[in-house]
Order: sequence, then structure tokens, then C-alpha cells
Amino acid sequence: MNNIENKILDIQKISKRYGGVQALKQVDFSLKSGEIHCLVGENGSGKSTLIKIISGVEQPEIGAIIFIKGKQEHNLNPIKSIQKGIQVIYQDLSLFPNLTVAENIAVHNYSKGNLWWVNWKKTRKLSINTLSKIRVNLDPNRLVSSLSVADRQLVAICRAIATNAKLIIMDEPTSSLARHEINALFSIIKELQKTGITILFVSHKLNEIMEISERVTILRDGVKVGLFDRKDIDDKKLAYLMTGKKFSQEKLAEKVKKEKILLKVRNLSKKGNYKNINFKLHEGEIVGIVGMMGSGRTELAFSLFGMNPPDSGDILVEEKKVNFKSNEEAIEAGIGYIPEDRIEQGLIMNQAITSNITVTILNKLLNNLKMIDNKRQQRTTNHWVDALAIRTSNIKDPAKTLSGGNQQKVVLAKWLATTPKILIMDSPTVGVDIAAKHGLYEIMKELSKRKIGIILISDEVPEVLYNCHHILLMRKGRIVKEFQPDEISENELSNKIIEGLKN
Amino acid sequence: MTINDLFKKHEFYLFMVIISLSILFTIYTKGFLTLENFLDLLTNYSFLGIMSAGMLVVLISGGIDLSFTAIATISEYMIALVIFNYHGNLFTAFFISCFAGVILGSFNAFIIYYFKAPALIVTIATLNIFYGFIILVTKGRWIYNFPTWFREARNIYEFTSGNGTEYAIALPVLLLLLVFIITYIILNYSFLGRKIFTFGGNREAARRMGFNLFHMTIFVYAFMGLLAGVGAISHVLIVQTVQANAIVGRELEVIAAVVLGGASLAGGKGTVLGTILGVTLIAIMWNGLILMGISSYWHQVLIGLIIVISVISSAYSSRKSILGGAKIDVE
Repeated sequence: MNNIENKILDIQKISKRYGGVQALKQVDFSLKSGEIHCLVGENGSGKSTLIKIISGVEQPEIGAIIFIKGKQEHNLNPIKSIQKGIQVIYQDLSLFPNLTVAENIAVHNYSKGNLWWVNWKKTRKLSINTLSKIRVNLDPNRLVSSLSVADRQLVAICRAIATNAKLIIMDEPTSSLARHEINALFSIIKELQKTGITILFVSHKLNEIMEISERVTILRDGVKVGLFDRKDIDDKKLAYLMTGKKFSQEKLAEKVKKEKILLKVRNLSKKGNYKNINFKLHEGEIVGIVGMMGSGRTELAFSLFGMNPPDSGDILVEEKKVNFKSNEEAIEAGIGYIPEDRIEQGLIMNQAITSNITVTILNKLLNNLKMIDNKRQQRTTNHWVDALAIRTSNIKDPAKTLSGGNQQKVVLAKWLATTPKILIMDSPTVGVDIAAKHGLYEIMKELSKRKIGIILISDEVPEVLYNCHHILLMRKGRIVKEFQPDEISENELSNKIIEGLKN
Repeated sequence: MTINDLFKKHEFYLFMVIISLSILFTIYTKGFLTLENFLDLLTNYSFLGIMSAGMLVVLISGGIDLSFTAIATISEYMIALVIFNYHGNLFTAFFISCFAGVILGSFNAFIIYYFKAPALIVTIATLNIFYGFIILVTKGRWIYNFPTWFREARNIYEFTSGNGTEYAIALPVLLLLLVFIITYIILNYSFLGRKIFTFGGNREAARRMGFNLFHMTIFVYAFMGLLAGVGAISHVLIVQTVQANAIVGRELEVIAAVVLGGASLAGGKGTVLGTILGVTLIAIMWNGLILMGISSYWHQVLIGLIIVISVISSAYSSRKSILGGAKIDVE
């Protein structure tokens, strides 16, 4: 045990089993005081379990050794862990939207058992001091519900700092941030580091890991597969270690034959959403729409799917003008929509996988009594489970039992079952593993060969660059530029997206 | 606070509505704007006001309670029991009334917390249990003929005006004032009150914060029960009668007043000032309609409408955010 004093956290031989699943197997993990460390791994690799053990929410199996600041800890629990200066910022941020910024930052005071009354002056002072520590300008009196996701993240960080945290664990902190907000977050993380705080950054986004971390620990299937200094690793190696597979990323080689136009949008405008949108989608073409959250891309997608009627302009499906009053009409016309928010809008999480897959085509599964024919329903489900390689042991299990990638495949299956001509995919790989992501890309290419036109909305540059035939860049409700993938590099496109934000 | 902030406040609009309605009723009715009518209104609505303070706390915590009217009814019979059968005094009657309320409120809390049952269903059920039980035991008997000392305890201050009209400030009005002050202090200055706000705003986050959700649930429903007890003694003092069906059925009136005052049925939101204004508005509306000779059934229609409108407006704003309602600043 060499210089354990410099390690804020040193844990050894951590195993954890949930029922039949070995979530962690003999994992050793340590954090140097004041470093920025990345913990990476795919969904189900044991990242969350490791965080829960560090934060005392879960107990490891016998034989585990936990040192915090050089002192051995037995029976770590959440309160002890907080007292030791460990703070977890969960993905959902755990803020109170109905309360002010100041109160959210100072809320830990309420669990001090020996006090009863709120001192509003102190609350305000604490929040102002903490905000200024990370050089953020936020009005402490504002309600958190009125803040953007990025600002909420800052409030969550301030709350952690306000407890005098020595180690801050951030669980997938960038998942709902736009690129420029991620940059701002990263500079704050570096700022925190200067004050001596150790950061454990949990992620599966390769580019971010390479950008922020000093050291990287990689987990796969509950086993630690590596610990590297950043300079000793690149994103290809990282992807390989995370998944055990090699992936290649190449731009689409084949050009689409622009024979038949599936969708044509002419001068489409909606006040406060988007303006003068023009583009075409051909048979078998994958058109990418990139732009940040708030660029109007999702609002446009809703309009194409009949859920957000435009003010003016035309939508033509196969050269015929349409005027959707509801998404039912859009589905009828052969459009499928995979929403941005899989959990809230894409799936019925508590219902069986089979019910989710067939929900769009129930009227085709009726028997003579106009009741749902169970056998046909199962046959249809099995077909799609095979076709898209959805990994499940039982199609009657609820959708929430699936991993993110498989959930997305269920959403995809549900729309493919309607035999659409046009598929709109809004950020389809958010929260999906690398391996599953590439699985989805393969499916998209296959669909394109089958002459389905796809609109891929995304803010991940490589995703669009390597999977689209044509790219539209949206900013502030307008299509500001169009590219062919071979005209532009990843860096150039990234810069184009955030351009115009600075002013 | 700047003038701009004032215009953004829900309370400000409520206040304006109250003023306009008062002007309207003053013009079109006789006797609306008199000290007598004002004191009558205050006295008659004090017990609903007291219970609305309890409901405010319940709604802020993200819960709901429909059983408090039945709890108050049980408390009223307990008061009668203490006074008639055990020769109790005002203090013991008050104590027993509150005690019964706290016990029954805690019972609600236990079921809601331990069985993770929806508060709405649980309290509809306990409303029926409590109410059915009290009818069963008392056979719905009316109780009156309270002793003279109890009748005299109703008013704490009496005075006669120049033209010989007699006025009185009733004890329930004092209780109402106390209840609002205590609720205000709890909600705004105690850790407990602030934790109730966190509980209603984001339950899971409150759990992760290490707050004791069980204690909070117990407090919230027991406090509602306590105020049902205080409301009960106020009501009996005013009407000098105990009657099984006097209060049950007025749950929605209380909920409407609190929701009108800006509290959200989804939890996490609400103020004491808003609640006071909500109760005031409902009281004035009721009173004005009577003075104008409009059927009291309209009153119920109005209560229903208030709840529907407030639910629609909160559902509408959450729907807006789902369906791309975000404003994009299109160049």
C-alpha cells in the first residue's frame, strides 16, 4: 500500500451480487487526492453499483476493504459517506424545482438535527458565496424550475460544494447538455480541481472522457479491465476495452439514387418554433438534422408528424400535399416518429415488450370477434425481436426491464411494424451503449437499402457525419447550412454548430 | 420587491378580484359592506379557514386529504361527550377534540406511508370509515342544549355601536388568526416546513437528502387532523349544535379555497397569504350570491368550476412543455 495518504479513496476487492447477477467482481479502485478521474463502462458494467458502494447506499460483500482519506471504514452508510465529504450528483440532479436557487444550495442544512429554524440571511449568503466560488452568475432568488438544464447542473454542483465536499461524483453529467454547456461545465470542473476537490466523472461518451479526465478506470461486465493515464489511451482503444469489440466509423460510401422524393418541405414556418424550412428526403436517403437543443429541430419533427401544426408552408408526402391535423393522419401517410424521450414518449415502460411492439398495429391483429389475436400478436413480436436482435428472455416482460439500446429497438420495431415510408428518429442513441449504438446504425443502413427515408435528428456530430447522406444544420429555428458528409470534418461541423452562439 | 414582481404574483390578482367583487356586491346588494356582515362572515368562515390551513400543508407535501370533514365530525361528538357526560370544561373539550383529530390524521398517514397507497383513495376510504362509524355509534343524533358556560365562551369581546347594534368578536376568529400565524411560521421558518416543500417538490430527491419521509408524512396528516379538531371546536362554539351531516360534504370547498389561493394539487406550491385570500374570495362569493338572492346551488357549481379550471391550467402548462412549447428565438 504505497502512499495511501495521497489517496482520497482506496477500495479493494469489491464484489457485489444482485440475485443471480454478479454486478461487481473483485474490483480495486482508487482516487488520488485532487485528480479528475473518469469511470467508464457500458450500461450494466457495474458503474452505478460502484458509485452506490462508495456513497454507502449499497454494502459490498465480505472481504472488501474501503479506505477513505487513509482511514479504513467498516459499514459505510450514506450519512457517513456524506460526513466524509463524498457527494454524488445524480443524473436527474435531485433538485427541488419549486424552491429557489439559494434554498436548493443550502438544503443540506435541514438535515442537521440540532437546529430547528431557517436563517434566510445565512441561506442567501451561503448560496452567494458558493456560486461565486465557481464564478457563476445566477440569481439566488430564482426558482430552479425556471432554469435551463445546464444552470440546474450548476446549482447541483454548488449544493455539493456547499457541504464542503472533498470528492464529487458526477453520474453522466452531460447527458442533457448542449456542447457549449459541456464546455462550461468542464471549465468549472477544472476550477473545482484547483480548490483541491477530487472529481469522479462517470460517463460513456468517449470524446468527453478523452477531454476531461486525467486517469480512466474502465469496467466491463463487473470487472475492472484497465486503469490508464489519459496520454496512454485513445478513443479507439477505450471503445475496445469497454465493449470487447472493434468498431469502424466510415462515412457512407454509396450515394443514394435520387429517384423518388418521399418528403418535401417548402417554406415551412411556425412562430416561435422555426422559420422558412426547405428540404427534400428521397427514397433510401438518410438526412441528418444537427443543431443544439432549442434550435427548433424537435419542434420541426413534431410538425412533420402532425403534432405541432405549422403556421404556413407546405409538407408534401410523395408529391402530394398533406395537412396533418393529428399524428394519426401522419401515421396513415406512412410516417413513423421515434421521439427524443424514449422513457416518457416512446414506451409504455410497465407494459409487456409485445404490447409495446404491437401497439401501433393493433387493428391489424384482430380476429373475427374484433378482439386481439394473441397468437398473431406474439408472431409479430417474435418476428421483430429476431429481425432487430432485441435481447430479451421473455417478450411478456415489461419494457423497463430492457437496456437502453434494446428499449430503443422496441420503439423502432413498433414503428417498423406500421411499414412506414418515412422514419423520423429524434436523438435515437441518447443513453445507448456504444455496441448497441452501432447496432442501431446498422439497422438504419439496412432500412435505407429497403428504400425507407430516414430523418436523423442528433447533436452528436460523428453520428450524423457517419450515417447520413445529407446534413442540415439548424440554428435558432432556421436551416443555416447544408452539407454533404464528404465536404466536412468532425471538427469543422462541431464548430459550425456552436458558431453564432458567442454573440 | 419591485412593482413588476407584484404584478407577477398570484396573490395580487386574487386581491384585485376580491376588491372588484366587493365593489360589485356593495353596489348591487344591501348590507354587504357593513361591519355586521363582515363580522358574521369572519365568524362563519373561521372554521373552514382553520381547516384550509391544514389542507395547505397537505397539498404542499404533495398529498391530499378528503377525510378531514369526517375527522372534524368525530371531534365534535367527542366535544359533546366530554361536556355532557364528563362535565368537562372548555380546555378539556378543546384538548379531546384536537387529540381525536391527531390520532385519526396519523391513522391516515400510517396507511399512506406504509402501504404506499395513493392519499386520494386512502382518505376517500377513511372519510367513509370515519363518517360511517360516527353515524353508527350516534345514530345521527343531534346534540344541542349546551350548558350556558359553553354558550358564553363563544364570544371573547362584545360591544354596542352608537345606534344600538350589538357586535361580537368570536373565539373562533382568534383561533383562526393563531392557526394562520402558526402555519405561516412552520411553513416559512422551520426546517420541518421547508422539508415539506422539498417533499412535495421532488420526493425522491428528499429521500436521497436523508430526510425522514415517515416523520413528515405523519406530521402533515396529523397537523390536518389537529386543525380539523380546532375547526370542530370552533364550529360547535358558533352553531352550538352537533350534527353528523353539518360539515361532511364541504371538503371540496376547502380544497377549492386553497387551490384558488395558488397551491398546486401536484404539490410543492402554496402560501398562507394565498390561502387566506382564497378563503376570503369563496366566503365573499357565497355571501354576495345569497344577498343577491341567487340559488345556493350555484355556489356548488362555482366550487366545482374553480377546481376544474385550476386543474386544467396546471395540466395545460405541463402539456405545453411536452409538445415543443419551448419558445425558440427565431431570427
